[in-house]
Amino acid sequence: MNVQQIVSIPFLLVGFFFFLAATIGLLRFPDFFCRLHATGKGDTMAVLLSLIGLSIYEGFSLTGLKLIFIAVFMFLAQPTATHAISRAAMRCGLEPWVKGKGKTQ
Amino acid sequence: MSNFFLCLGMGLFVLVFLCLYRASFGPGVLNRIAGICAIGTKTLVVLLLMGFIYNRVEMFIDISMVYALLNFIATITAAKYLERKGEL
Repeated sequence: MNVQQIVSIPFLLVGFFFFLAATIGLLRFPDFFCRLHATGKGDTMAVLLSLIGLSIYEGFSLTGLKLIFIAVFMFLAQPTATHAISRAAMRCGLEPWVKGKGKTQ
Repeated sequence: MSNFFLCLGMGLFVLVFLCLYRASFGPGVLNRIAGICAIGTKTLVVLLLMGFIYNRVEMFIDISMVYALLNFIATITAAKYLERKGEL
């Protein structure tokens, strides 16, 4: 194993941890906005870390540049999509969850 | 290193199935859209890991790029449709 592989392994593991946290949040949180809060930020960070780890593993080439491009695109696109869908939910009249209300949609 | 990628891909596969619960049983349209968006994000990384396992990254990375674009456009389109409709 060379240096690039050893450096890329922690990035991939931390990215997987963020994916796990985002999935648990998507399954366990009581409300749509809370679930979006978990996935919107967790998945963005996880994809960013995973792609940076894979591009370190790949090294400097056209494929590595494309990996960086996908990382930048996801860093812009994922919060935009999260914002759009939560704004649609607000405009549709979905009430946010408050404490003591029990489970809602 | 290939074994490490394989284990990571299998872990992501399990997470995709956990998200599929939210996408299929989640109450309402919006929860399903959120679940499908999460599944698409995980699939992007799984495709790249498959490319590294098979040593064909330069082919799989284009598929992964298209998948990222399609996931973004699908979510934006569904959100726009629901916003214009004005009700759930």
